[in-house]
Amino acid sequence: MKHFLSGIALAFGLLVGAMPVHAEGGEGALMKSGADVRDQASLQRGARLFFNYCVGCHSLKYMRYSRIAEDLGLTENEVMQNLNFTGAKFDDPVISHMPAELAKTWFGKDPPDLSLEVDAKGADWVYTYLNSFYLDPHSPIGWNNTALPNAAMPFPLWELQGTQTALMKPAKDGDSAAVEKLVLSQPGKMTPAQYQQATRDLTSFLQYASEPAALQRHHYGIWVVLFLALLTFLLALLKKEYWKDVH
Amino acid sequence: MSNVFSNIGAWVNERAPGMMPMYRAHMTEYYAPKNFNLWYYFGSLAILVLVNQIVTGIFLTMNYNPSAAGAFDSVQYIMRDVEWGWLIRYMHSTGASLFFVVVFLHMFRGIMYGSYKKPRELVWLLGMLIFLVLMAEAFMGYVLPWGNMSFWGAKVIISLFGTIPYIGNSLVDWIMGDFLPGDATLNRFFALHVIALPLVLLLLVVLHIAALHEVGSNNPDGVEIKKGPKGNRWDALKPADGIPFHPYYTVKDLVGVGFFLLIAAFIIFFAPTLGGWFLEHDNAIRANNLVTPAEIKPVWYFTPFYAIVRMIPSFLGTAVWGVLAMFSAIAVLFVMPWLDRGKVKSIRYRGTGYKVALGIFVLSFFGLGAVGAGVTAEVIPAWFGDVDLTFWENLFGRLMTLLYFGFFVFLWAYTHFGWEKTKPVPERVTTHD
Repeated sequence: MKHFLSGIALAFGLLVGAMPVHAEGGEGALMKSGADVRDQASLQRGARLFFNYCVGCHSLKYMRYSRIAEDLGLTENEVMQNLNFTGAKFDDPVISHMPAELAKTWFGKDPPDLSLEVDAKGADWVYTYLNSFYLDPHSPIGWNNTALPNAAMPFPLWELQGTQTALMKPAKDGDSAAVEKLVLSQPGKMTPAQYQQATRDLTSFLQYASEPAALQRHHYGIWVVLFLALLTFLLALLKKEYWKDVH
Repeated sequence: MSNVFSNIGAWVNERAPGMMPMYRAHMTEYYAPKNFNLWYYFGSLAILVLVNQIVTGIFLTMNYNPSAAGAFDSVQYIMRDVEWGWLIRYMHSTGASLFFVVVFLHMFRGIMYGSYKKPRELVWLLGMLIFLVLMAEAFMGYVLPWGNMSFWGAKVIISLFGTIPYIGNSLVDWIMGDFLPGDATLNRFFALHVIALPLVLLLLVVLHIAALHEVGSNNPDGVEIKKGPKGNRWDALKPADGIPFHPYYTVKDLVGVGFFLLIAAFIIFFAPTLGGWFLEHDNAIRANNLVTPAEIKPVWYFTPFYAIVRMIPSFLGTAVWGVLAMFSAIAVLFVMPWLDRGKVKSIRYRGTGYKVALGIFVLSFFGLGAVGAGVTAEVIPAWFGDVDLTFWENLFGRLMTLLYFGFFVFLWAYTHFGWEKTKPVPERVTTHD
């Protein structure tokens, strides 16, 4: 009996220990985002970045302005004046005003909706992507990205981060040259530390947009678990009482 | 007040005189062995999860839109705009995975203590039918959110039927109602998932319990308490080692329920995707027949069986062998009562060969799961560097497949030829006073 339990525990441990790291769409190692949806100030800064730099092309069609206000501790006025630049109503979803035909002409594809981006690819991937743009004279849009090679997206945050260029590894036989590392060739308005914090905020906001319920989960979860722990304890006492006479 | 209740009771009793005797036969006068251990919680927990799935499922149905155009959006609507919708959905999705956790443990208990043996073969067969229907139910439920993994998972699993010679391709079109999983597929899966299969499941569960109560429960010692001495505190003619199911096992099961809910709540509130194992990240992308996920794999509970399909190569110009092997992996469980000729039920008194074989069987099941879930595809390069992944994964997966089926072959030979050296089985359960 004991051997079986420990055998199963061992097998399960091996399986869990060997769990693949969630890294779809990744090229190489991902940076740690440190995104935290429970940090409201970070979410607010991230929202400001999103609505200043991203919403021109990307929608959050499953997010409503009113929900953002409620969850991020902002008033209706604050959201309508500082975040909503499309003339949408307070209860409307966040829809980019970019015409789809123009987007196709400019980028060759529709900029994707970002409502579920973090759920699909992971916070670390999004953070890495935002930190991996570099100038590439061979790319039709002038930018490239090591996390998503040949991405069709120009780099809207360049004035914050500055511009990175790639140091190339010498090409191996049969392979094309690969990027060895990115170096900041021209500083932007932010220091590298500030830029990392900014992209961390933006990633937090997108993680929140992926699953607004996460805020409620964390809020109620601790009480539910504590209640069930107490209940289980009481039920165990009840069982003990009933079973007193079973020998 | 109590007068009102007893009046109502008397009123009902007069019109349905069989009800109280039935209640007593299944609850207060159903005598279960007094030595149930941890493994005996999972039957009642399976019922708990079934009820959870039905209740949360009803509420999901109120807001879910079973169409290829609307399904994905409606799931996000439930997650964001429906009051407590996120909780209901996470209870349903976590419940689906925990259903299999509980059922796997329940089945393992049955194997470990020989609960499938005479006179409980019918209980085992009905249980296996429940498992089969549960797999169909889970598969169809997984398709409903219409994410990209739903779509491709459905396509791959349905395509398995396409390997059947002659009728395969027409069968696939007939199941899908289209040439790709689409509106027609989603509609019929919805109907089967919310009405047809739950009805079958409920019926089978009732029969499973009814069949159990006909013969009485087995126990960790594998002795028949009905054949032991008679007379307990409640009834002079009933087994001495039996105690009334209610209240003894109802209060005991409640402790299991509390503990189980604690674990479930932890997952629901703090890790509803469980790192991509309970809810897969590719399903956050809408179904797209032009974009294949990097790796198509089923949810964890199907991975051992899916691995068997992948590991069996096609030969004689057909790939049907893998599919046959997968179905055999389940079919062979049905015939366990007749494969195992051993007279001793419980692992406590069985031969060493049986214990070792069962341990290897469990490991092979985990090993197959690791292959099916793509764990080996990650681990082999990570641990052994630049090796031929296909070769080593196939070698490992085929070995695991061999061990899985080997268990049943061994079990038959071991008991048929009398190789098993058993220990003496006690007359009564070991905890009697």
